[in-house]
Amino acid sequence: MNALTVLASSGGEEFQAPGPTIFDFPPLFSGAPAWLTKPVLFAVVGALLICVFFYSAFAKPKLVPRGMQNLGEVGYMFVRDQIARPFLGKNSERWMPLLMSLFFLIWVWNVFSVIPIIQFPIASHIAFPVVLAVFVYCLKVYLGLRHQGAKYFTNMLPKGLPWPVYILLVPIEYLSTFIIAPFTHAVRLFANMFAGHMILAFFSLVGFWFLFEKPTVAGFGVGIVGVIVTILMTALELLIQFLQAFLFALLAAMYIQSGLEADH
Amino acid sequence: MITAASVLAAEENNPLVPHPYELVVGIFSFLVVLIVVGKILTPRIQQTLEERTDAIEGGLKRAEQAQEEARQTLEQYKAQQKDAAIEASKLRKKAEEQGAQIIAEMKEQAQSEARRIIDAAKAQIEAERQQALTSLRAEIGSMSVELASRVVGESLEDGARQSRVVDRFLEELEERARTQEQITS
Repeated sequence: MNALTVLASSGGEEFQAPGPTIFDFPPLFSGAPAWLTKPVLFAVVGALLICVFFYSAFAKPKLVPRGMQNLGEVGYMFVRDQIARPFLGKNSERWMPLLMSLFFLIWVWNVFSVIPIIQFPIASHIAFPVVLAVFVYCLKVYLGLRHQGAKYFTNMLPKGLPWPVYILLVPIEYLSTFIIAPFTHAVRLFANMFAGHMILAFFSLVGFWFLFEKPTVAGFGVGIVGVIVTILMTALELLIQFLQAFLFALLAAMYIQSGLEADH
Repeated sequence: MITAASVLAAEENNPLVPHPYELVVGIFSFLVVLIVVGKILTPRIQQTLEERTDAIEGGLKRAEQAQEEARQTLEQYKAQQKDAAIEASKLRKKAEEQGAQIIAEMKEQAQSEARRIIDAAKAQIEAERQQALTSLRAEIGSMSVELASRVVGESLEDGARQSRVVDRFLEELEERARTQEQITS
């Protein structure tokens, strides 16, 4: 952070690496309310895109799938077989609606990072991951209390250990389950998208700056490297975007299962 | 963590602090997706997938049933064939028995008929013989008397004459018999 602020404070003629300010957006147009910013707009657009896509796929599903339904079924099968079933088993069908919504919403929000013009990962604003993680957290605790009652708090502890161990274990387990788990759930997604956007912005700015803004003979090679790394990083980001959406939904499935049944 | 957060918070727009309006928009977006995709659309595809599974499993089951039915029919058919074969052999045997019986009856009948005919013929022959005997007896009597009268009537001079008389008599007898035959025939 220090290096960035130093760079950012130096004069306009020098190369300035992008700082956290690239995550700040003014209202979309002058006179617009303060809340109507680019991330807000595209958060809603992403949600609507997902709705439209799945409406075109599943509005009138046929026994023999055609066109969009094939694509939608591939998505459904992926979420069911790779996310829901490994953790939820026979409870999979019941929780598929939630996992479908989580996975595809997050994925589209992430993919916006590399869509021209949008070029912003919605989840790099922590409010969005927080909403989803808090929802899953509340659901986990609610399901735990409903399905296991007060035993929910003892089921999660491993049994048969000598009693002094519990003095250490109980706080760690509760801390991990009730505070750290939801926190990391949200922050993992946020930080990955935040860092990814930062990296892409940095290398694309390097390319732009040294090839177009201030082209110099010495800076030419740096600019080329910047462009190439941007392309490579975009590919990597595509993978990470998918992976983070997958992981978020996977953890959600795991947390739901931990509430439904004690399996320690 | 707390110190770091407070340090960061000193700057404007700390990225770790969520904007309240973005929270609202996030909730709104998530709820829209959850309702439209989760509550409305996902159950539809789930139902369709279930129906598809049912259709495939139902198809397999129907095929199995059809096969089972075909097998049963074949077995039934085979059993019927077996019964029919048994029935046919029974009938054949019965027919053979009946045939043999009929032949035996016919034979017996024929034999008895033959015996009857033979008996009748024998009786007739016997009767004719009796008749012949009685008529012969009567004729021989009269002929003997006639012969005797002829022998007595002729002078019994010599043996040659006697033999001639006897020969003549016998020729006459033969003649008579011949003429009688001619008349009868």
